[in-house]
Amino acid sequence: MAEVLFIEGGRVIDPASGTDGVRTVILRDGKVAEIAERAEKPRDARGIDARGKWVTPGFIDLHVHLREPGQEYKETVATGARAAVAGGFTAVCAMPNTKPVNDNASVTELVLARAAAAGLARVHPVGAISKGSNGEELAEYGELLAAGCVALSDDGRPVLSSALMRRALEYAKAFGLTLTVHEEDLQLVGKGVMHEGAAATRLGLKGIPGAAEDVMVLRDLALLELTGGRLHVAHVSSRGSVRAIREAKARGLAVTAEVTPHHLALTDEDVGASGYSTDFKMNPPLRSTEDVQACREGLADGTLDAIATDHAPHSAVEKDVEFDAAANGIVGLETAFPVCLALVRAGALTERRLVEALTIGPARAFGLAGGTLAAGAAADVAVLDPKAEWIVDPARMYSKSRNTPWKGKRLAGRCVMTIVGGRIVHEEGRTER
Amino acid sequence: MIGRHKHCISLAEYSREEILEVLDLAVSMKEVLQRPIKKVPSLRGKSVVNLFFEASTRTRSSFEIAAKVLSADALNWTSSSSSVTKGETLVDTAKNLEAMRPDVLVIRHSAGGAPKLVADHVGCSVVSAGDGAHEHPSQGLLDCFTLREKLGTLEGKTVAIVGDISHSRVARSDIHAMTKLGARVRLCGPPTMIPAGIETLGATVHYQLREAVEGADAVVMLRIQHERIGDPLIPGTREYSKLWGLNAKKAAEWLRPSCVILHPGPINRGVELSPEVADGPQSVILDQVQNGVAVRMAILYLLAGGNPAEAGEAKA
Repeated sequence: MAEVLFIEGGRVIDPASGTDGVRTVILRDGKVAEIAERAEKPRDARGIDARGKWVTPGFIDLHVHLREPGQEYKETVATGARAAVAGGFTAVCAMPNTKPVNDNASVTELVLARAAAAGLARVHPVGAISKGSNGEELAEYGELLAAGCVALSDDGRPVLSSALMRRALEYAKAFGLTLTVHEEDLQLVGKGVMHEGAAATRLGLKGIPGAAEDVMVLRDLALLELTGGRLHVAHVSSRGSVRAIREAKARGLAVTAEVTPHHLALTDEDVGASGYSTDFKMNPPLRSTEDVQACREGLADGTLDAIATDHAPHSAVEKDVEFDAAANGIVGLETAFPVCLALVRAGALTERRLVEALTIGPARAFGLAGGTLAAGAAADVAVLDPKAEWIVDPARMYSKSRNTPWKGKRLAGRCVMTIVGGRIVHEEGRTER
Repeated sequence: MIGRHKHCISLAEYSREEILEVLDLAVSMKEVLQRPIKKVPSLRGKSVVNLFFEASTRTRSSFEIAAKVLSADALNWTSSSSSVTKGETLVDTAKNLEAMRPDVLVIRHSAGGAPKLVADHVGCSVVSAGDGAHEHPSQGLLDCFTLREKLGTLEGKTVAIVGDISHSRVARSDIHAMTKLGARVRLCGPPTMIPAGIETLGATVHYQLREAVEGADAVVMLRIQHERIGDPLIPGTREYSKLWGLNAKKAAEWLRPSCVILHPGPINRGVELSPEVADGPQSVILDQVQNGVAVRMAILYLLAGGNPAEAGEAKA
C-alpha cells in the first residue's frame, strides 16, 4: 500500500478540470483523493513541498520507441520507462516496430510484463496495423486489444495501400481502436534525407518535400470520411498537414494529431548549423520556419491535440556515420518539457495549452485513462520546476541512447518528482542513474 | 592553413580573401608546371592520402600529380564500395589512415557531409575532392583561376552555369566562389534539375538557354549523368541536347565572341556540348585541367604547411 502524499504549495495546472492555482493535492490509495485550496495534512501523510513548482497530471506520450524486444542495446522497456518518468511522463505508448513486430499477443504481453517488472511509467503497447507492418494483410486487432494494445500503427512506415488503409480503418471500428499513422509517400520521399529547401540545397543533401506528408494525410482524411473510423496523425511536420487536419476537424471528422517537440523547436537550417550532425536527422525531417510556425499555431489552436516525443533511441553504430546513412530519430523523453516550455516563453503557446497537450489531449486521442487530477483519477502526477536550468549531458540521461540535438544546450524547466499510482518513481537528485 | 581554415571542405565557409590566397599562390604553382623539371621540394617529407569512395580519374590524378610535383608522398586508397556495404565505417577507415600520420587527407565520397565527418574525427587537414551534391571546392577554385586567367577578373563578369544543378557539387562551389569574387551567376537547366531555394545562394534561375548565355562572359556546361535520364528528371538526351545543349550554331548566334566555355569533365559529347564547341576556340576545358593541378598544389601547400624557405623556391 502506497503512503498518503500531501503535495503543498504548488501551482496545480489541470486543464481537464479547469484548475490553475495554488492548491494542495492529496493522493491516497493510488488515486487523487482531493484537490483543495486549504487542507490539513493527515497524520499518516508524507508532506511534499511544491512551492514555486507546477503540479500537473503526469504527462502521457503517445509515441515512443522502446526497442524491446529485439534492439535492447538501444533501449529496453525498463530504461525507456526510466527516461519517461525522469521527464515527467507517467504513461507512454510503445510503438510496435520492434523485432519481432508487435502484431500479436505474445509481443504485447512481453512488453507489458517488462513494464510491470520495471514498475515505473505505465507502458501502453500499440499493435501493428498490418502483419509484420508489411502493409499487406490486417493484423488481428481483436487479439491485440485483448492483450492490452491501446491503438494501432505501422509506425516507421506508411500504409502505402489505400485499399488496406480503408479496410484497417473499417475493421478497427469493431474494437474502438484508433489508427495512428506515419504519413509519407515513399515515392515522393525517394532517397531524401532532410526537408527539401534551400538548406538541403546548400548541404547537397536530397530533399523530402512537405507534400510527401500532405498527400498521405489528405488521402487518409478522405478514407476516414468514407469509413467513419478513428484516425490519429503521428508526428505532424508540414503546414499542409496542419491545414488539412484543421479543415477536417471543422467538418467534424474523428481525427486527432500530435506534434513532436523537435518539430516545434528546430528547423532544417539547424541541420547545416550543426555541421551535418545526425542528431538532427529524423523522419519526418526538421522542416522550414513556415512549417514550424504552422505547427505551433496548430498546437495553440487545438488542431494538434498532443505533444508526443517520438522518442527514438539509436546507438553510435547507427548515428556515427554519414548523414545519408544514419538512422532516423532522436531521444526526447527527458528534454520534452523544457523544450516545449521555451515555446511558452517565446509567446507561441499558453501554459494551459502546453500542459493540456501533454496530459488530457493525448489521453483523449487514444481514449486512455488519466491526464487529469480530478478526484478519483489515478494518482499520476508530475511536479515540475519551470525555472530550474540545466545543461543537457547525454552521459547523464536515463535513456540507453544519447542521440539528442540538445546535447550541451542549456534548458530551463525540469521535472523534479514523478508519481505513478500514488508511488514516487522519480525524484530529481535522489534517484540512482 | 588557408586563412582561418585547417580544411578545404566548403567554399561557402571561405571568404573572398581566403579564396584569393589560394588563387594567387596557384599562379606561382602553375609556373612550376611550365618548367622542364617539374619538381620542387616544398612538401618533402609530407604525405598526402587520396581516399576515394567514388570513381574518379582526373580529380584523383590531379591531386596525385600536385602532391608529387611538390615532393610530397602520395598514397591512393580507392574503395569502390561505400563504407556501409564494406562493413567498416567511414570514421574507422579515416582513423586507420590517420594512424599512418598523413599531413593531408583528400576525400571523395557520395554522401554530402562525409569530409566534415572525417574532419571531425582526424587530426590532419582534410580536403574534399567532392562530396555528394554538396561541394567540390578545388573545382570551384580552378574554375575561378581559369576565369581570372582568361577574363582578367571576375569582378562584374557574368557566368552562366548550365545543366543538372540539383545534383552538381561543382555548381554549388562555383556559385559560392564566383559570387564572392564579384561575378553574377545565372543558372540554367530544366526545372526538374533546379534545386529548391538555389537562388538563396545569390544566383538567378533561367529555364531558357538563350536567356542564360546571351551576354555572358563565361559559360560552364555541366555533365548530364546517364542515370538521371528517365529518373524521371528529363525525358531523354535528345530533347535535352536540343534545348539545353550547346552546339556551334547556338554558340555563334547567342554567345559573345569573347565568351569562354568551361566544363568540369568528363564531357558527354553530343549531349551538353557538341564536339565542334568542345574543341573550338572558345573552349578552355583543357586549360581547366592544367590549372586544376596548380590550384591543388596551392591547396596542399597551404594545408600541409610547406617549408617557408622552400616556398620561395616554388614561387621563384
